[in-house]
Amino acid sequence: MSSETRKTPTGRYGMTIDIDRCNGCGACMVACAVENNVPPAASAATDRTGITWIRVFRIDNGGQGDAQRSAFVPMLCQHCGDAPCVSVCPQQAIDVDPVTGIVGQMPERCLGCRYCMVACPYHARYFNWLDPAWPAGMEKTLNPDVAPRMRGVVEKCNFCHGRLHAAKQMGAGNGLPSYIPACAEACPTQAIHFGNLDDGAAEVAKGARNPNSFRLLESIGTDPKIYYRSKKKWVREIANAPHPEKENSRG
Amino acid sequence: MDKAYITRGVKRCSTPRFLLWIAPWAALLVFGIYCAGLCLVKGLNQTNMDNRFAFGLWIFLDLTVIALGAGAFFTGFLLYILKFKELKAVINSAVVIGLVCYSGAMAALMVDVGQPLRAWFTFWYPNVHSMLTEVTFCISCYLAVLLIEYLPIVLRNRKLREVPGFLVFEFELHKLIYVLAGVGTFLSFFHQGSLGGLYGVLRGRPFAFREGIFVWPSTFFLFILSAAAVGPSFIILTTSLVEKITKKRLVKRRAFDLLARISGLLLAVYVLAKTLDTLIWINRTSPAHGFTASQYYDWKPFGTWILFAEIVLCGMVPALILLTPRLRARRAWLISAAALACSGVALNRFVQTIQTLALPTLSFDKFLSYTPSWQETGTFLAVAAYGVLVYSFSFRYFQVFPEERELEAGAGRY
Repeated sequence: MSSETRKTPTGRYGMTIDIDRCNGCGACMVACAVENNVPPAASAATDRTGITWIRVFRIDNGGQGDAQRSAFVPMLCQHCGDAPCVSVCPQQAIDVDPVTGIVGQMPERCLGCRYCMVACPYHARYFNWLDPAWPAGMEKTLNPDVAPRMRGVVEKCNFCHGRLHAAKQMGAGNGLPSYIPACAEACPTQAIHFGNLDDGAAEVAKGARNPNSFRLLESIGTDPKIYYRSKKKWVREIANAPHPEKENSRG
Repeated sequence: MDKAYITRGVKRCSTPRFLLWIAPWAALLVFGIYCAGLCLVKGLNQTNMDNRFAFGLWIFLDLTVIALGAGAFFTGFLLYILKFKELKAVINSAVVIGLVCYSGAMAALMVDVGQPLRAWFTFWYPNVHSMLTEVTFCISCYLAVLLIEYLPIVLRNRKLREVPGFLVFEFELHKLIYVLAGVGTFLSFFHQGSLGGLYGVLRGRPFAFREGIFVWPSTFFLFILSAAAVGPSFIILTTSLVEKITKKRLVKRRAFDLLARISGLLLAVYVLAKTLDTLIWINRTSPAHGFTASQYYDWKPFGTWILFAEIVLCGMVPALILLTPRLRARRAWLISAAALACSGVALNRFVQTIQTLALPTLSFDKFLSYTPSWQETGTFLAVAAYGVLVYSFSFRYFQVFPEERELEAGAGRY
């Protein structure tokens, strides 16, 4: 990036996710994988070694029987303003774009030390434990705008940088180019909205200001740019630190 | 068969007996190399690490052996800079242990990264804000220093001394030893510290995060202090073990006594600093991040017993034993205290690596566990086998304990 663009910050891309609208269908996960050339899970992959740039977690209120209530929380890189992963990478394979606020990952420079994964409190970073492989014929569906990653490097959500680049090519005006990441586009209930958080008129900025809006683990000072929203108090409590006596389930 | 290579005036077991001793370790090393090879060729899917447990047995191993190997730099510092002449008796042994620990850790790290061929990227694109950059630079430089420090020990071999060029080279190298000790001390201090900082800077992991003094988190200083404290204890342990195995007296009592006093004193300071740090963390750092410290110890099996074991059982108790002349004069007490001190630092490194990752950070996370795979364990054991082999060969062919000859002649008394 040239020094000129560094001097012209024009906003911060961010996202709002309405948890009350999310039905846990997983369309966002599929769309993300297709858009970003995330390979289908290998037979050897597990819940803890698979790659899902966005992953839907099921939470419940801890109630039993009729009192039990569930909700779904799509988790992705929170694109922190003060990202704990950036400063720990020994070879500058991670950066926060000062123009867009996107936390970028350069798999080509990644050593695979996984220190960034340890640093991330949201567990939104994924290591390529296995060689990426697509079933015969499926490689024809690969997105030519996104390079697949090799074994032994870390990857994560980058707000669909392929789409951002395409939008940049087309855009001519000032400000951040307008585009929609694959997850937001695919969501059938329109639970996910994306845009410039610094543009007060944008829907995403209005959503972030909603009184029912919250960010995960704000107390640790990472300044995440993903704003969740729910009218239910017990859902809003997921923003806080975990408590052993109150165990929620994950999916 | 190899008598010509063994130092004059010292007795070593017969060659077949030596071969019998090294055979199982060599077999373990070969097995471990096979395990490491699997991880390098097939990838880290051969391990049981995952996206949550991104660090595992190997990082724990690295942190522990590097802390235990701190005896090398610290003994060098005490001998060459602070002029504690009694430590001349153990300096060679400390250098061998340091070399084994640092090179073993380096080898394990190379298997642990996903793209080992990109290791040079850290030197080419260094992120000066990353503790891991500091670790990489210091560990590489200090390993080079240790290799140079090890060279005179090798060149003093009876057979190699027959080559005049080697004698001159060894003599010239010896002139550098003060510079090397100084550089080694600086590098190793920073390296131990940056390993501690590795966890202390993790803002996203309130269990590990610590507030800073200047630009470094408190763990930076605690790691230096704990490594300097247990380094001498580990020298006591290994020397005693070698004495036991070889049924020989290798070091005079005064060296053990000095090492024990230094270890005890530093351990006492460490326990004090660690207690203070823990209290600040419980009462200020952790709550300020929205996490009450007590919740970390509600996830079994990581109860408060860990804190007790780390600070009292493996900290305060050995410190008191090592600082009490009457107790440290007894071999059993001395060795038990040294073993406790070393276990304490291993437990601390375990807590930093494993407990940090096992604990949930999000409210809908679960507490997770991790068991290393046989490939990971094999690689881990290979480092231990490598250490035993290097030490065994060094002991057999080089003058690791300069006082041995004198003691063998019956002049010394343990």
